[in-house]
Amino acid sequence: MTITDAPGRTTGATPRPPAKPGKVRATLQFLRNVWRGLTSMRTALILLFLLALASLPGALLPQWDNGREKTQAYLDEHTTWGPLLNKLGFFDVFASPWYSAIYLLLFISLIGCVLPRSVDFARQLRAKPVRTPRNLARMPLSTEYRVDTDPEATADRVEQQLRQRHWRVLRSAEPATAGGYTVSAEKGYLREFGNLVFHFSLIGLLGAVATGALFGYSGSRLIGTGESYCSSVASYDTFRAGITVDGTDLTPFCVQLDKLTAQFSPEGMATGFQADVQYQANPQQPGDAWQRTTIEVNEPLRLNGQRLYLMGHGYAPELKVTWPNGQTRDVTSNFISNDASLLSTGAVKIPDPPGVPADQNSTKQLAIAGLFAPTAVVQGGIMTSVFPQATAPGLAVKIYRGDLGVNSGVPQSVYAIDQGQVDAGKLKEIKEVNLMVGQRTTLDDGTTIEFTGYRNWAALQTSYDPGQFWALVFAVLLLGGLMISLIIKRRRVWFRITPIGADNGPDAGAGGAGRSLVSVGGLARTDQAGYGAEFDTVARLAGPAVPDPATEAAASTATSPEHSQQAESAAAPAVPGTERRRRQRAGLGDPAQPERESDE
Amino acid sequence: MNPNSSIAQVSDLAFQATMAAYLVALVCLGIELAAKRRAPTELEAVSAARRVAAKSGLLVGSGAGAANTAGIAGTAATAGSTPSGSADVTVTSGQQPPTAAQTQGPAQPPSWSERFGRAAMVVTVVGLVANLISIVTRGIAAGRLPLANVYEFSAAFCFVAVLCWVVLAAKTKARGLGLFVLTPVTLLAFLAGTVLWQKAGPVVASLNSYWKWIHVTTVSISGSVLLVSGAASVMYLLRHRYDRKVTEHPDDVDLANSLPGKLPSLQLLDKIAYRTAIVAFPLYTFAIIAGALWAEVAWGRYWSWDPKETVAFISWVFYAGYLHARHTSGWRGVRAAWVNIVGFAAIIFNLFFINYVVTGLHSYAS
Repeated sequence: MTITDAPGRTTGATPRPPAKPGKVRATLQFLRNVWRGLTSMRTALILLFLLALASLPGALLPQWDNGREKTQAYLDEHTTWGPLLNKLGFFDVFASPWYSAIYLLLFISLIGCVLPRSVDFARQLRAKPVRTPRNLARMPLSTEYRVDTDPEATADRVEQQLRQRHWRVLRSAEPATAGGYTVSAEKGYLREFGNLVFHFSLIGLLGAVATGALFGYSGSRLIGTGESYCSSVASYDTFRAGITVDGTDLTPFCVQLDKLTAQFSPEGMATGFQADVQYQANPQQPGDAWQRTTIEVNEPLRLNGQRLYLMGHGYAPELKVTWPNGQTRDVTSNFISNDASLLSTGAVKIPDPPGVPADQNSTKQLAIAGLFAPTAVVQGGIMTSVFPQATAPGLAVKIYRGDLGVNSGVPQSVYAIDQGQVDAGKLKEIKEVNLMVGQRTTLDDGTTIEFTGYRNWAALQTSYDPGQFWALVFAVLLLGGLMISLIIKRRRVWFRITPIGADNGPDAGAGGAGRSLVSVGGLARTDQAGYGAEFDTVARLAGPAVPDPATEAAASTATSPEHSQQAESAAAPAVPGTERRRRQRAGLGDPAQPERESDE
Repeated sequence: MNPNSSIAQVSDLAFQATMAAYLVALVCLGIELAAKRRAPTELEAVSAARRVAAKSGLLVGSGAGAANTAGIAGTAATAGSTPSGSADVTVTSGQQPPTAAQTQGPAQPPSWSERFGRAAMVVTVVGLVANLISIVTRGIAAGRLPLANVYEFSAAFCFVAVLCWVVLAAKTKARGLGLFVLTPVTLLAFLAGTVLWQKAGPVVASLNSYWKWIHVTTVSISGSVLLVSGAASVMYLLRHRYDRKVTEHPDDVDLANSLPGKLPSLQLLDKIAYRTAIVAFPLYTFAIIAGALWAEVAWGRYWSWDPKETVAFISWVFYAGYLHARHTSGWRGVRAAWVNIVGFAAIIFNLFFINYVVTGLHSYAS
């Protein structure tokens, strides 16, 4: 993002008298100004801060996408401004129009800035290094010394050495001094390259995220030991579809849970759990065999782009119901928990008791709802769980009979009975009981319910995101570009090599035959340079310095005025031989001097 | 279990020593700054020169030297006539190595200020060693990476921030920064040692991953380095305000001798803030990317706009803004410093508020 105001292009257009005072022209002008405003660095900065500000409600308010229940609870709690916030998209910040507007503007600004910069960069790559400035002593880094070789040989040496060090070099004859040479060199083009890579990667990253949002999906469900399912929208408890996903073309796979094991610390913290599963990666192909594997937390199963995760685990109590007519049925249902001790809640529903005619169904349906405690302790009739492992499972339930309301067409939670049915008197509580494994209870009509045991369930999640590989690629590029642009500095060095004695007319041969005066100037184009040490090395490339007799210095001060610059700098040194000046040494020992331009 | 619990005790003792050492160092640094001798420091020489110059009615934005350096510090150097522009003139003092004051004086016995300053460094290093011992023994006692809860995270945070400052102090001789690094660090250390402390123990299943080593360590290291950066920016603002006031009231001797005038130069502070930020920012970026890779493995989605992720994104945006602001005319100097401070505030907010108030996927503390 450049901040150059670049008045050149506008001024080129204005002096021409407008042939037609057309609206087109005014509109174009307006559009151009808008574009310039949008792509300016200041606008980009403001958009950047707006983006940060707009993200904040996403962290502070519950979001539909991350926690439906919490968001609903928040809405129920804040009835006055909750609905307003909801309408304004504050519970779905990252999909809201205002959030999209900010990041789209930011990215347009970014593109509008990065494209011209890429063109500039391409041009720079072909451009030659800048010509040597007149006064090298004015550079932030400069030095001057004499060498024992003639200017041509010295220039050859400097050029060859610089090229060896991968500097871009331009050598030319010094116009002011006969027999003199200048060598200008530049290095560190990678900085701008890194910078561009960083910014383009941001665009790529946005594309990858968008791809995921368009074509990705995820679904999750609970599956008990021994159960299996094949992936389709209907097979999931919850399904989160990407914008273009209608769920008809999921790549199917089948999975069966064989066993779930969990480890707990003595304090009752889950330190690990594993699901042993069998799966068919491609059930539609004939001969696709079932394979065994283990899915763990942090170790998903990867199946051609789709991933299967183990997200949680829990218990499902198993009950045996015996009706008075002697018919029995084994029933079970998954109980869920929000509790570290895995004290779980749930409901076992029997909507179709055997031997009951369909018309009497609405009075004879059974429900057993309540708590499952893996390690049950009963105190004063209240059952709690003291440990998450199922060492002494207990069940504290209420038993209901009547109309469950499952046939009404309104979907109801599988983990609870419909309280509305109870309140309406259609579903009656007939017993409240605590059971340990093996215990049974008998209802008023002679039906017995036995708590026979439990089984484990696993919460599995299928995820598919075609953009995530590219997100990683662009994230890595982004980081690489960032590091390159922060580490590498664009720097320049100039050499001016003039023959010693050439200025001195008749004395030329006497004092300094075949010797050269080497002036070196250096400039780092960014302020976090640390260029000093490298400059010290590079500046000496012309060869070993030889002492400068004081007489020579005195002689050169009295030379013709057109060479006063060299004369001046030659006269200045107090120390004979190498004079090295360094301006503005400050801070971390770094001769930083920013050029008046931005490159960020 | 027995040897482990005694190692855990060693860790807790070491952390108490750390807290004490940082507190003592903080007090020493405070005394150093308060008792700093006024005469020979170059900063005060410059302020004195400016007072004289201002008295004689001269504009102070003089010379090409000012033009060279003012660009780093803030507003354009040509603005010698505006208050903010002339404030930047202090920066020209940077032309001489800031170490000059120290290197000139070894013939004289060290002043009290100097003695306290040195004592502060020694005590800080002792605290640093104790901090390291505490972290290492904690890791041994728990048998895992000691970065699993906010207490351990804070301890590591303190360690890296102080280490970063000690390195900087050794390099720049700018001990004054220590006051602003050690103040939040000491607060954090006391908070960690008292309120946030947790028994050493194992971690929940989802944290059992090698990603923990990569993600959590880089987050804590980059966060602590950014603390140093933020501290430098806070000092920058104080110093900038001082310079402006001194320019406005050149005759106010009390003001000229007040505490902010003893801080390092604007140029040096800006440089420290920037250098530390460009070290920490790529690391922070890496930490976020590593977090996304871990999230893909653990939660099924590489980015789910979990509160912690969101605030990490916000602070990332602020630091990106800081790096850009420093290169934008009108944003250099004071505004850039503010952006840097807000970025760090977001990191601290993320460490505490998000962990303790908002619940999300990252809610492992409790």
